[in-house]
Amino acid sequence: MDWQTLATQLFPQGHQITASASFLSGTATVGDTTVAVIGTTDHTPIGVEIALAQARAVLATVRDFPQRPILILVDTQGQRLRHRDEMLGINSYMAHLGKCIALARQKGHRIIGLVYDQALSGGFITSGLMADDCYALPGTTIRVMGLPAMARITKVPEERLVELAKDNPVFAPGPENYVRMGGLQALWQGDLSVRLIEALAAADPLDRRSTLGLERGGRKMARPVSDAVAS
Amino acid sequence: MNSYLESNARERLALLFGPDNFAEWLPPAARFVSPHLAQLDAPTAFDDGVVIGHGVLDGHAIFAAAQEGGFMGGAVGEVHGAKLVGLLRRAIVERPHAVLLLLETGGVRLHEANAGLIAVSEVMRALLDVRAAGIPVVVLVGGSNGCFGGMGIVARCADAIVMSEQGRLAMSGPEVIETASGVEEFDSRDRALVWRTTGGKHRYLLGDCDRLVDDSIAAFRTAALELVAAAYEKTIPLTLAALESEQHMLQNRIDRFGTQTEPMEIWRQLGIADPKAIAMLEADDFMALVATSNARSH
Repeated sequence: MDWQTLATQLFPQGHQITASASFLSGTATVGDTTVAVIGTTDHTPIGVEIALAQARAVLATVRDFPQRPILILVDTQGQRLRHRDEMLGINSYMAHLGKCIALARQKGHRIIGLVYDQALSGGFITSGLMADDCYALPGTTIRVMGLPAMARITKVPEERLVELAKDNPVFAPGPENYVRMGGLQALWQGDLSVRLIEALAAADPLDRRSTLGLERGGRKMARPVSDAVAS
Repeated sequence: MNSYLESNARERLALLFGPDNFAEWLPPAARFVSPHLAQLDAPTAFDDGVVIGHGVLDGHAIFAAAQEGGFMGGAVGEVHGAKLVGLLRRAIVERPHAVLLLLETGGVRLHEANAGLIAVSEVMRALLDVRAAGIPVVVLVGGSNGCFGGMGIVARCADAIVMSEQGRLAMSGPEVIETASGVEEFDSRDRALVWRTTGGKHRYLLGDCDRLVDDSIAAFRTAALELVAAAYEKTIPLTLAALESEQHMLQNRIDRFGTQTEPMEIWRQLGIADPKAIAMLEADDFMALVATSNARSH
């Protein structure tokens, strides 16, 4: 779904979101609440500039609009794979974005992530995955890498991975698997504006993902192992 | 002098804390192994490639974790990540003086990719929760596998980073970039270029690492404790002022160096008169030169 169609469905009361070089920002109205919207489009790779642009928008919201909820719209092919970005320390730019979102949470902003097209590895980890809760539209692409590349690196034949991926959420790309593992709260069906209102009401600053992964059977060890250490 | 580079994870912790002064949680005898590796006929480890526990340094209770680069390159799977999260959660309850993370990792373990990605995200949030509780986290990077992928992001969420010049800190590995964008973009076999781009000295000059030390565990220990003390002089939790200052620093870096292609050119612009000489300098001489040239980015 393109971001304009998405925004129309999410915000029937209207929005002022603009795109600038694949960076989305603006505000929208949900009921009697103004929501800050920050994100990316065009499957853009996340390089140092767009990571910093998102961070700036998060910081501006924290500084100027205390408590205003933040919606992060995710569409990225992952981190930009360039020597120049690595030389400049792209991990620092990604970490900075993640820290800005964490600061917003600590200051009482509710933060919702929504994958509306693609969410790949490094582009996802400091955007949607840093939200209080992350959701996705059905049919979106979420993965670390594709099975052919995974087969090359793990030296496991691709046919074997395809076979295992049928019933094992740990390999297979796709939002349903991230729901089973607790990485996503749910997939959004039906009226998206209603789903957003529900999500904002349910947002919880506590990281519940390992509990969800256990309850849903997709990640059975994460919670017991961290509990075995912590309690 | 004990080499950090040549030690494994348990040796690093034993040497860092002193003999019998580090107690491990979920040790190999507890048999917490990955539930995903066997079906791919991949080897498993009884600690899933990470050692976690606690000890005393300088009279202070310290929690620590060390990733084992010898097992799947230190990559993060479901259990490995959960051990790190557990350590960080326990830190919030028991309030040690600091948490030290000895990171050596390629990032997400592809054999359990989706679980690994979520796990790295959980580690990042748990680390920031520890800082929010006022407990400093210091990262040590000096293993042969470097610190890459999502864990390269986690490292920069900590209060401070110590590196040796052999340590490497980045996001995508050179091989990944070469595969995706071609050998003209990044020749992964050009070891000198890889080192100039991701190595400890470059990271120190850019301001992404707080201390450059020789490859000795004693040097890492001294620097880590000094950085813990320094963290207590500042505000450990994230603040708007600190992140606005970081925003400015990172924007300034793009403005100054965004069109460069060669790290040595950045060093020259920073005030290093003879960038080619940097590679040969011992850590102390390097630190002294950077200080006298006032060459470090802020």
